[in-house]
Amino acid sequence: MSNASSAPSHATILPNGWEMVIGLEVHVELDTKTKLFSASPNHFGDEPNTNIDPVTLGLPGALPVINRRAVELAIRLGLALNCTVQASTFHRKNYFYQDLAKAYQITQYDQPINIDGFMMLPGDVRIGIERAHLEEDTGKSTHFGGTSGRIHGSDYSLVDFNRAGVPLVEIVSRPDIRNADQARQYVSELRSILLAVGASDAKMEEGSMRCDVNVSVRKAGEPFGTRCEIKNVNSIRAVGKAIDYEARRQVDVLESGGTIRQETRHWDDSEGRTHTLRVKEDADDYRYFLEPDLVLLDPGTEWVETIRASLPMLPAARRARLSQLTGTDKESEAVYVIVERGQDDYVQLVADAGGEPARALVYVQQAFAEEGATPAVSAAHLAALTQMERDAKVTATQAKTILAEMVANGGGDPAAIAAAKGFEALDTSAVEAMVDAAIAQQADAWAKYCAGEEKAMGALVGAIMKASQGKADGKVVTAILQSRRSK
Amino acid sequence: MSPPSDAKTTPKITAQVVAKVAHLARLDLTEAELALMTTQLTGMLDHFGDIDKLDLSAVTPMAQPFPIKNVYREDVVVPGLDRQEVLDNAPAPQDGRFRVPPSNGSES
Repeated sequence: MSNASSAPSHATILPNGWEMVIGLEVHVELDTKTKLFSASPNHFGDEPNTNIDPVTLGLPGALPVINRRAVELAIRLGLALNCTVQASTFHRKNYFYQDLAKAYQITQYDQPINIDGFMMLPGDVRIGIERAHLEEDTGKSTHFGGTSGRIHGSDYSLVDFNRAGVPLVEIVSRPDIRNADQARQYVSELRSILLAVGASDAKMEEGSMRCDVNVSVRKAGEPFGTRCEIKNVNSIRAVGKAIDYEARRQVDVLESGGTIRQETRHWDDSEGRTHTLRVKEDADDYRYFLEPDLVLLDPGTEWVETIRASLPMLPAARRARLSQLTGTDKESEAVYVIVERGQDDYVQLVADAGGEPARALVYVQQAFAEEGATPAVSAAHLAALTQMERDAKVTATQAKTILAEMVANGGGDPAAIAAAKGFEALDTSAVEAMVDAAIAQQADAWAKYCAGEEKAMGALVGAIMKASQGKADGKVVTAILQSRRSK
Repeated sequence: MSPPSDAKTTPKITAQVVAKVAHLARLDLTEAELALMTTQLTGMLDHFGDIDKLDLSAVTPMAQPFPIKNVYREDVVVPGLDRQEVLDNAPAPQDGRFRVPPSNGSES
């Protein structure tokens, strides 16, 4: 999932001019110590109902007070998504459900804290962000009895309120996404941004990042069709699969003369399909009203600008910088992977130490997958290795062997390793002598090669590499063969 | 919430509207209660109708009656409630959790 951009395209082409229209609502749990409106721990995986207090349980008289750090993280995220940060209010969203002790969720309604942002995807695709607002998470209910283990037909539910009141930001995209690839890229990039600004650990497997997907289809250029909302999409891979399934389902319904009902559907990952969860016959009536227990949240220009100034360089900017340094496409897999691992600063250090940036990028991508942001191999030593390869003191194959040894030993001087392994340089005249010997021995192959049969070069190169015991540089050998032929 | 209404006419409260609101609040009203509530809610809305008749164009809409803003709590853990004590007050605790009847309400 690290590099949605460079993965082969899985974008479904819908038949007969149909087009997908996709919007994403992503909930992320903020990485705070305490809940949004109370001082109980925000901590995943604790024993049920151990992180509870009167506010969490909605006990009479309990009053919410907002967590400053949660507000700060929400603003960090909003700024990273190019949003406008504004004075905001909270509302009560009223509904009855087991995991909501108060019978309402405190959320932001008509004055959210972040509005009107955007995110750029590969290929300069701009996806609008309508809003990124603060709200509280619900508790967790587990349904028992019945046959399905789901709520319909269950006999009873057990409720754990540890998660109730955990601070969330809900990021609502505009319906600007047009295929499953873009949706996966959006979620992947959002995750990278969340990690970069420290707003959330964004672990989809632990539910600290959750996606709801709105999908509709239309004929290109026509107004939006009726949309369905898909829930339970719990991995980036599932985002793509759910969208492709749902869009095809809708096209099938419409092409056979049916209509799409506006409904909420559940993604079943094991079956690879969506099915109806509930039909929105009556528009949900949550009777929103202003939360009387909270006052206006107006962070003010000064605080917002202080936060803006404290933001780290974001993934897109880091990729652009690494791309420029190494002369590699900013949408290449190598650039995505290195930035996601946080190793782009290290590549810069290698370059600063006189190393070859493009070689360093390849080395780091291939050999440092387990190393994290500060690899054990020193930047100076990796720089030295890139120079040895550049100057043909070692072959690419030898460099790879040396690198593997450096990684295994947690460092080491590449020149010393080369010497210990007997990787001394072959001077060009020695290689030329070997080339001439090979041409003499493999007269057939040479004749074919001279006749333009490029594949015949393999036999010659093989003979030379064997004669040099692998010490000849394949690129040098090839160059000499080519120059001999052109004479 | 619908945006603030500019309508000069007060919305009419019918028994059907009251029945819907009662359903949303999970209240089971008798026909007699429904009629009583309809009359009472109509009286309340008539009062707001009187306010709507005034020229309030110079008055800033008030989102909050309190003249204060930005009341924050620092992100510091304070011990909460003891689980056993809380569950002892629940009708049907089970495995450290609250056992409740299934609901057909909607998830957020």
